[in-house]
Amino acid sequence: MSHYSAFSVFRNALTGNRQWPRAWRDPHPKPEYDVVIVGAGGHGLATAYYLAREHGIHNVAVIEKGWLGGGNTGRNTTIVRSNYMMPGNTMFYERSMKLWEDLSQDLNYNVMISQRGQYNLCHSPAQMDAARRRGNVMRANGIDADLFGRAEVKRRLPYLDYSASARFPIHGAIFQSRAGTARHDAVAWGYARAADRQGVDIIQQCEVTGYIWDDGKITGVETTRGPIRAGKVGLAVAGHTGHLADMAGLRLPIETHVLQAYVTEPLKPLVDTVISFGAAHFYVSQSDKGGLVLGGDLDGYNSYAQKGGLPMVEHTLASAKALMPSVSRLKLLRHWAGVMDMSMDGSPFIAKTSIDGLYLNGGWCYGGFKATPASGWCFAHTIARDEPHKDNAEFTLNRFERGYQIDEKGVGPQPNAH
Amino acid sequence: MIRIDCPVCGIRDESEFTYGGDATVVRPAMGEAALKPWIDYVFMRDNPRGAHREYWHHVVGCRQWLVLERDTLSHMVGTCSLARDAA
Ligand SMILES: Cc1cc2nc3c(=O)[nH]c(=O)nc-3n(C[C@H](O)[C@H](O)[C@H](O)COP(=O)(O)OP(=O)(O)OC[C@H]3O[C@@H](n4cnc5c(N)ncnc54)[C@H](O)[C@@H]3O)c2cc1C
Ligand SMILES: [Zn+2]
Repeated sequence: MSHYSAFSVFRNALTGNRQWPRAWRDPHPKPEYDVVIVGAGGHGLATAYYLAREHGIHNVAVIEKGWLGGGNTGRNTTIVRSNYMMPGNTMFYERSMKLWEDLSQDLNYNVMISQRGQYNLCHSPAQMDAARRRGNVMRANGIDADLFGRAEVKRRLPYLDYSASARFPIHGAIFQSRAGTARHDAVAWGYARAADRQGVDIIQQCEVTGYIWDDGKITGVETTRGPIRAGKVGLAVAGHTGHLADMAGLRLPIETHVLQAYVTEPLKPLVDTVISFGAAHFYVSQSDKGGLVLGGDLDGYNSYAQKGGLPMVEHTLASAKALMPSVSRLKLLRHWAGVMDMSMDGSPFIAKTSIDGLYLNGGWCYGGFKATPASGWCFAHTIARDEPHKDNAEFTLNRFERGYQIDEKGVGPQPNAH
Repeated sequence: MIRIDCPVCGIRDESEFTYGGDATVVRPAMGEAALKPWIDYVFMRDNPRGAHREYWHHVVGCRQWLVLERDTLSHMVGTCSLARDAA
């Protein structure tokens, strides 16, 4: 496993780029590990990496039913930001932002983090007030935030609709300049390669179908490639959390929902930042290949199908057109869907479960890509030390019965509304 | 597009309806004083991967609440009945 550097690029160029070693091994599962992580998305791979690097636990397997990064990690719209306001969320996402800023060096893999800034548009005086409050909370916590009025937004984003007939007039925006995008596949690949170099076995094409029980405690997993024993089992399966919890007899405050994303045909550079519409759930950025990457709302009904319906396509494109009339003639090149573990308060879980030996990382809703580094960091800490890190201390399963929901939007226990 | 066979209006597009969630959760009796049944009712869900009984409101049609059987893995719809009959 070679270190990537300018020198290695040069050396491999001399041999026609035919001598590059594999980025990670393809090992057979061992009969037993100290820790088994289920799900080789960004969260599972990051957890394995930090277990090895931060906690010295190298005898780790990450088990994936498909291919690594084939879940939501490879399906998301790659927005990274830390503009959260609720205690429990704010510093967790800021830890993630700080890890993102050094991630390419840390992993020796270019995750193409691009801190191009993100605007959350406001369309009423009340939204401006709410944005001001959010910005103040962020700044009080040392996180960058700026509030812009209409004139400044118009100067910066001249291609939005500022006409008198705009359905939702733009009053201003809250801006985080350190926010941006990262290359989603590279995040999975970078963590996979870095974890593999720490001795972690990444086992693909291996589905977890049940658990090995020992006196009410979970001591391993049953898989399509045979039983694998483990001191501790950590779930990081995103939209499939409900399914894997069900196998363990757990009922969770989660519903699984489908979310779609869309890419247009490529354009010359137009949107050099990330813009979120404030009047409907819609946001846009532009990929390095030129396509506009569009995101919208959930389809709204429980689904494990990884496919969505046309009503949401229409709704998202109508939002795009309302915000940026110039996109109306663009063709969509592709669209796809992922299944989201929507929690009852819109916030995640990184915690021990009520079953000995089983740890949960889930409930990421549609915001979990930005969380990837901190999620791995905190989940590794929770598994290694059997207690939460301070930044995930609020992401418990029992916060609902205690009355400590972390409801960033304040919409109540309705998963499809978060 | 999911198409729902409303017992009142016939087959209509999903965009005429709003989704009301899991129809198997039952509200505890109003006199129930223990916390656990209320926490389960408000927050906990089976979240099945497969057959699901769920509420839909025919909000731009007959405005009836319906109970629909639908598969969460394939989106195939089954029978649909008025919620007051399905209970
Ligand atoms: C369309 C879309 C847009 C999004 N946009 C954004 C965004 O802009 N910003 C943002 O921050 N977040 C976004 N998200 C959310 C983000 O993608 C997810 O929260 C995050 O990627 C979850 O990572 P993960 O590692 O937990 O899950 P995943 O990457 O889904 O990994 C879970 C893995 O578990 C595997 N698995 C499941 N069941 C089993 C089993 N039984 N055995 C073995 N393996 C199993 C799956 O195959 C999968 O590979 C978006 C999501 C979608 C779908
Ligand atoms: Zn009807």
